[in-house]
Amino acid sequence: MSSTAQPRYRELGLTDNEYELIVDGLGREPGDVELAMLSLMWSEHCAYKHSKKLLRRLPTEGPHVLVGPGENAGAVDVGDNIAIAFKVESHNHPSAVEPFQGAATGVGGILRDIFAVGARPIAVLDSLRFGEVGESQRSRFLLEHAVAGIGHYGNSIGVPTIGGEIYFEPSYEQNCLINAMAVGIAPHERLTSAGTAEVGQLVILFGALTGRDGIGGASVLASAELGDADDAKRPTVQIGDPFAEKKLMECSLELLDRNLLASLQDLGAAGLTSSAAEMASKSEVGLDIDVSKVPLREADMEPFEVMVSESQERMLCVVEERLIDQVLEVCEKWEVLANVIGEVTDTNLFRIYKGSELVGELPVGLLVDDCPLYDLEPEAPTTPLYVGGEQQVATDADTLTTLTALLASANIASRRPIFEQYDPVVQSRTVRRPEQADAAVLALPVLCVRTGAADERIPAIAVSIDGNGRRVAVDPRAGAAEVVYECAANLACVGAEPLGVTNCLNFGNPEKPHVAWQLSEAIDGLAQACRDLGVPVVGGNVSLYNESPDGPILPTPVIGMVGKLPDARRAGQLGFCNPGDRIALVGDFNPSRDGSEIAKLHGSAPAGALPDKDLSAIRAAHERVRQGVRNKQFSSAHDIAEGGILVAIAECCIAGGLGAIINLPEGLDPFGEDFGTAFIVSGPTEGLEGLPVIGVVGRRELVVGGVLNVAVSELSQVHGRGLSVLLS
Amino acid sequence: MKFGIIRFPGTCDDVDAQLAAARVGEAELLWHRDRDLHGVDAVVVPGGFSYGDYLRTGAIARFAPIMESVIEFAHEGGLVLGICNGFQILCECGLLPGALLVNDHLRFVFRQVQLDVVDHDTPFTRNCPPSLSIPVKHTTGRYYTPEPVQVVLRYADGHNPNGSQDDIAGVVNNAGNVFGLMPHPEHAVDALTGSTDGLTIFESIRTAVGERIRVA
Amino acid sequence: MRARVLIRPKAGILDPQGQAVERALPALGFGGVSKVHVGRLVELDVDDAAQLPAMCERLLANPLIEDYEIIENA
Repeated sequence: MSSTAQPRYRELGLTDNEYELIVDGLGREPGDVELAMLSLMWSEHCAYKHSKKLLRRLPTEGPHVLVGPGENAGAVDVGDNIAIAFKVESHNHPSAVEPFQGAATGVGGILRDIFAVGARPIAVLDSLRFGEVGESQRSRFLLEHAVAGIGHYGNSIGVPTIGGEIYFEPSYEQNCLINAMAVGIAPHERLTSAGTAEVGQLVILFGALTGRDGIGGASVLASAELGDADDAKRPTVQIGDPFAEKKLMECSLELLDRNLLASLQDLGAAGLTSSAAEMASKSEVGLDIDVSKVPLREADMEPFEVMVSESQERMLCVVEERLIDQVLEVCEKWEVLANVIGEVTDTNLFRIYKGSELVGELPVGLLVDDCPLYDLEPEAPTTPLYVGGEQQVATDADTLTTLTALLASANIASRRPIFEQYDPVVQSRTVRRPEQADAAVLALPVLCVRTGAADERIPAIAVSIDGNGRRVAVDPRAGAAEVVYECAANLACVGAEPLGVTNCLNFGNPEKPHVAWQLSEAIDGLAQACRDLGVPVVGGNVSLYNESPDGPILPTPVIGMVGKLPDARRAGQLGFCNPGDRIALVGDFNPSRDGSEIAKLHGSAPAGALPDKDLSAIRAAHERVRQGVRNKQFSSAHDIAEGGILVAIAECCIAGGLGAIINLPEGLDPFGEDFGTAFIVSGPTEGLEGLPVIGVVGRRELVVGGVLNVAVSELSQVHGRGLSVLLS
Repeated sequence: MKFGIIRFPGTCDDVDAQLAAARVGEAELLWHRDRDLHGVDAVVVPGGFSYGDYLRTGAIARFAPIMESVIEFAHEGGLVLGICNGFQILCECGLLPGALLVNDHLRFVFRQVQLDVVDHDTPFTRNCPPSLSIPVKHTTGRYYTPEPVQVVLRYADGHNPNGSQDDIAGVVNNAGNVFGLMPHPEHAVDALTGSTDGLTIFESIRTAVGERIRVA
Repeated sequence: MRARVLIRPKAGILDPQGQAVERALPALGFGGVSKVHVGRLVELDVDDAAQLPAMCERLLANPLIEDYEIIENA
């Protein structure tokens, strides 16, 4: 396997310069264990060396922020002493290899991030990207198995999957994106940190056995050359075990509830190395770990393998010695394996022992902080990066033909075949699930018997996840900002105000100037939009090098947003529900076709320009919708997004099973797009004062003055079957 | 009256069942390693993935210490309600006839389904309206039985989500005191979730216990 | 002793997993395939092979819906 003559550090992904820095820092050459640990901690995945400087541009502070970036998950205050922790993370590369387990362990990993900060996971959402399922068997395979994997993990562990989004574009053919977001709830005082370990305390590893999972590149360090006969020694795909994680979660939360832990951390990428080093760094202490105390699934593992194994469903905690027995007792109750594997020292060194033999010794700072951070060399591309596809609809097709083509298209058709595979109701909080509203709504107190008092309220949160690669490809700065506005618009539709954002930045190779430009512009756009709306970024993740020989993926920043609404009983819904209700257009809607779904159906590449935005108009529109929903002035609210205003109206009809008679404003493009700026609302006339009324709810047809008259049942069928047709 | 809700490692809908039961009576969680049923009037074996549902759904849970007490309780005429994974467990331990097989479409399915109550003369359905809207969520819910069985709930026409035999959604044992169903009544007890039909099953149990009916 | 227990759906019971495989194989160009059934394999070391049938009846298989086959000295 290592037949090439180049030095091993290069095979492990370190540059000559980085290796020199390591030798300088250590004053000697690193040994095998040390090299394995350093190569992972200095990887893009752990050190964010190509993105960290840019990420500093994001606003991270705000009145509701309890935990900002840097911990396993961020958290915001939602009142009544309740904290909501949340984070989105990618699992793109593992999922491209094995979609079921890749997606499942992606969910498992993000859930551990949530309970590692002391919060009980109450929701999962996911954002997925695949190649064109209508044309690519590989993409259909990836979709089917990734969805099954997400469902398998979330359904089995008892955390509802309450929302998500899926898009299909050719650029994701070789690089599917699997981003999973989790949301958790905790009383303020249970929020815990990885940075509170103290000298003399003991380190406990608990959860699953450690095997050769996900050892990946570090396998070049295996002492024996791997031949065909050594398959058993090859690093393996990570396998998720939701049952093990369920026990681990209950066990961790009970340990925290009983106040037995000084510090808690989950094991994710780079396993024990990353988890322990981060803990030592944040706590400003040293650690001694004995790999011979780590319980193994395969007996003959080398120390470096133990240190970098990515076996799932494991946690690390630090405990005062006097509490050890109580900790082990709780672990035993939940049938979770637990072993003391080391102790906290005052050396600021991370020392690895195998029994009494010292096999590695690294300054914690060298591991965690000293990886060089690189400046990108962004340059706007001079030639188009992406091409158009086949034309699927004639540019002069009539309104009905175009509308039905859009409703049946992979990016707009009903997601029901997907979300029917997820349990959205377990835990008894879900007030709005997929198809019912633009954002999911979860009651903060579990739904239980109520007093019936007139002033009784049920405070709730709303959650949404969004991304739009085509629009970001057209203009990374404006497109990324639109994603934030759209997420906030989704929250407004259920009556929620945004409190915090998490992001996952999925891009190509940042060492290429045009990808660096996309990344840099997109981060500026995100930062600006978050500032405009007063919503801080409390955490996130970056996934780079999503490239194939055909080029980079569409630049895909994914935004997860959490907001709050005062009363779940007044949560908005998207479907028209009362015949006779008037329909109004809220906001400054300025549609255009560059990067739109109609442009895609016409065979155009995502290129051109995005419409300018009036920020005060956006803020005013969101506020109007939020208040209209909360005051029950509006019976329904839906933001205008993919497909434009006519698709949005059709979606309101389909969701409510009711027709509408519409007169579009003169000259308005029925299929042009604009995101986060405008809404379709319905309600009694008196509640719509000051808004332009464009129609009325009623009957069984969607009638648009002069251009369209179609039964809603027909639209519903086209929309409902669209994805199944492409998948079959 | 007091409900006891069994909690195995891997049970997911235990707290949901407890919250639902608490709307009509007291409700207490019972740990799988205990043998003491704490004097409850009715037992709920809730949904989830007990012991990971490895090997076969419900196959391992039936051997839990608490299940010995539940089986004894059932043999003495006590009311036992098994929901989803609970239904699978009750079939595995022989309290109910038949077995649950993997859905005909092989996938997990979540869906709000319409159910026909075909037998109102049970302690579990006496307060139910003729038709119920309750969600299902399972991968292994296709009911199969080689023998005649007392059907209590059927999926309404066009609503069978798993290919179960004769659209069967829920059955009782011959004595009428053990009831298993795949739909989740505990997730249809609040108007905010769209349906309160599931509550009528818990109310039926309360009525039955209140009348001290013990079908021995 | 090393033993193997093969568990498969009872004859006559709908086996959607088997059907799915049976449909998929011709799609990949493998013709002439029929009667596919998907089951489970349990491997175990046992001191007393005489206990295997009882293990199958009580835990490893559900005799209502599954047949099992014990292979000793596997």
